[in-house]
Amino acid sequence: MIAVTRAIGHIRQNRTVTFCALLLVTLALLSLFGPWIGGHSNIAADFDSRLLPPALTDGHLFGTDELGRDLFVRTLYGIRITLFVAVVASLVSLGIGVLYGAVAGFVGGKVDGFMMRIVDGLYALPFIFFVILLMVAFGRSLFLIFVAIGAINWLDMARIVRGQTMSLKQRGFVDAARLIGVPTSRIIFRHITPNLLGVVVVYTTLAIPQAILMESFLSFLGLGIQEPQTSLGTLVNAGVDHMGSSSWLLVIPGTALALILICFNFLGDGLRDLADPRGKT
Amino acid sequence: MSRLQVEDLSVSYEGSPEPAVSGLCFSLDRGESLGVVGESGSGKTQTALAIMGLLPANAKIGGSISFDGTELVGASTDLLNKFRALKIAMVFQDSTAALNPYIPIGRQLGRILLEHSLCKPGEVHDRTLAMLRKVGLPDPERQYHAYAYQLSGGMRQRVMIGAALLGEPDLLIADEPTTALDVTVQAQILRLLQELKEESGVALLFITHDLGVVAGNCQRMLVMDQGQMLEEGTTREIFASPASDKMRALLAAAPRITAPGLSLPETRADENVLEVQELSVSFAERRRFRHERLQALRPINLTLRKGETVAIVGESGSGKTSFARALVGLIRADGGRITFLGKSLPGLINARDQASHRELQMVFQDPLASLNPAMRIRDVVAEPLRVHEPRMKDHGSVVEAIMGKVGLGPELLDRYPHELSGGQAQRVAIARALILKPKAIICDEAVAALDGTVQNEILELLRAEQQRSGLALIFITHDLAVVRQISHRVLVMYMGRLCELASNNSLFSRPRHPYTKALLNAVPQPDPTATAADALLTGEVSSILNPPPGCVFHPRCRHSVAGCRDKMPELTDHEGSIVACHRAQELDLSY
Repeated sequence: MIAVTRAIGHIRQNRTVTFCALLLVTLALLSLFGPWIGGHSNIAADFDSRLLPPALTDGHLFGTDELGRDLFVRTLYGIRITLFVAVVASLVSLGIGVLYGAVAGFVGGKVDGFMMRIVDGLYALPFIFFVILLMVAFGRSLFLIFVAIGAINWLDMARIVRGQTMSLKQRGFVDAARLIGVPTSRIIFRHITPNLLGVVVVYTTLAIPQAILMESFLSFLGLGIQEPQTSLGTLVNAGVDHMGSSSWLLVIPGTALALILICFNFLGDGLRDLADPRGKT
Repeated sequence: MSRLQVEDLSVSYEGSPEPAVSGLCFSLDRGESLGVVGESGSGKTQTALAIMGLLPANAKIGGSISFDGTELVGASTDLLNKFRALKIAMVFQDSTAALNPYIPIGRQLGRILLEHSLCKPGEVHDRTLAMLRKVGLPDPERQYHAYAYQLSGGMRQRVMIGAALLGEPDLLIADEPTTALDVTVQAQILRLLQELKEESGVALLFITHDLGVVAGNCQRMLVMDQGQMLEEGTTREIFASPASDKMRALLAAAPRITAPGLSLPETRADENVLEVQELSVSFAERRRFRHERLQALRPINLTLRKGETVAIVGESGSGKTSFARALVGLIRADGGRITFLGKSLPGLINARDQASHRELQMVFQDPLASLNPAMRIRDVVAEPLRVHEPRMKDHGSVVEAIMGKVGLGPELLDRYPHELSGGQAQRVAIARALILKPKAIICDEAVAALDGTVQNEILELLRAEQQRSGLALIFITHDLAVVRQISHRVLVMYMGRLCELASNNSLFSRPRHPYTKALLNAVPQPDPTATAADALLTGEVSSILNPPPGCVFHPRCRHSVAGCRDKMPELTDHEGSIVACHRAQELDLSY
């Protein structure tokens, strides 16, 4: 709790962080409700208005793609899927990573060695090969993308949390808890985990852009989100085909992607400053 | 002519309503020594930093500081830099933080000489070596190439003093230079500063919270409280008739080893709470190519009775903390038996049953570190109840009752540990230890980090609890004045071995081991008229990986004879004192 209240105080102080947080919230809300306002369907093709450039007057603010679909609505849909995938994948990796890392770090010894060798083994898997295998075995689906990204992201989290836990374990308050007779599970949940919060919050905000990039990368390769559903990565992929003649198809979703990534990175940096114990109290 | 003249000095910080220092006036002449005394937060370090021109950028400084007629307040950085090395130098409390860990100490000192062009580049090595020799660093040729972490605390502080004296300053400011050191090493460093003062006529500004240090080392003193100067005068006069209430309180709270112990609660000789038999601890130490066992604690016996306090004293590295941690099961003992309340206790904490967790508690040295920073005080204190009394309905009222007992109001319950002062945090730790009404508490340097008056309150609190419930205490400390105040019996340790186990009165009036005597002599007395003890310990603790043959204390012992080098003395009983010394029978070390 303390980390959260401090975080909110700090976010208020720092203008860049505030701006980024507000922008992200706005984008998220827009992506949820915007498509209704946009007045166009995400998937219905309109062959009379193909590849229209962005304009204020004809109702296609961002123009249309080669099937005549409104790019404004499609970009908002893309943002929605991209944010959704990134946040869910990060939360999954956060849940697994924190628990796994805290247990490995706290128990230590052979258990720690065994658990961390599993992590090392998974690190050694080539990511794309792993994804292709999954796709071949189970077919393409949104769920598989979560699995694929989550399976990679939690490894970093587990390592970071393990390191933190090992240093927390040496602290006096853990000794004090053991002397009182607090059971190990309670020590991990009540004493170790709350003190990891600062680091974990920061790392999560930094892991989200990583997940976004991964999703975009997979979609760009044609392994991710499939038409008619769309994500920013799919839109960029489609835009590349028309780069020469209709550049807005690449520039607009690309800009949206970059904006989101930059916002998360600034947010993460701001929170990292805060989690530094030598920072302001 | 007055060297340092401070007039109406004030230091304040943006955003804090109270100034850190205000209206401070004093002067200091060459060859003089002035002690600045006060509790933490009284503004003494701020004063020192102001003189050095080292205050942080958000500090506002007013008044005047002149040195040999040159005004230093508002002076340019260039001028200050010149003054800092060549006219005024400072020795800090934390020598680890003040030395660069990546550069050998000889080269660090050499850089100072080069920076200020104090000598030709060719002479740097010799000048540095000469200085290291002058400050009494053992084996200076070898230590010249040593890194800071390879030196002991006492040796690092000698290096720091050497670094400060390279520019032959006229004023040396020492900010708590011995607070982090053992008493024996403290005595050596204080003596070194005195000798250097007499030799070179440097003026000494001594900042300390320890009245004993001021009494023995400063001609004049200045008492500060909350940024204000309360009184100033010769040390003898102020000690004899303090004008301010604060100084009177400080004097009353000043720990003394000459004072007889307070009326201690009766012990119950028939009821043993804790019996320790042949407990020993060793650690695996990796050195270059092989593993060695570091014997931190040689087999030791101790019995603790109901309502009794046993103090364990010794320099750092004596094995006292290993003893405590093995006792409560935080580290694995090599061998030995622990019997607690008539039952044999398993070695490690995880193997012990809930009943023994309940009855045996511990209070740690650093109160803030021992409280979970993410938990409210309410939850910290209630945690033992949650674990041991899960069915009890009203934890809240028990928590409030125990908080009242340790002198803390209910308004603190919703705070987090970092919002408390050191004294408050230690009270919380004690409340947590007391809430299950244990039979025994082990206190590992539990009051070492606290100011004198707070220290007394905590000790009084523990004593009252002992009186009420027959609580047994093991009190681990390096502070003999605390030992004098609260213990029934005292166990003196050196290099993992028991030197002497005696009752409070007989230990302080008639020590039987030369090491005990040396420890007692090293304690600074808060009395300027006391004659300085001459029998100071020389050298430092031998390497525990490579202990000297025979009696481990003989290399530092003034009374050692040829026989001491041949074999370790057995423990023998002398009128109730158990002593490990070949000459315990013949030596008379009494006061």
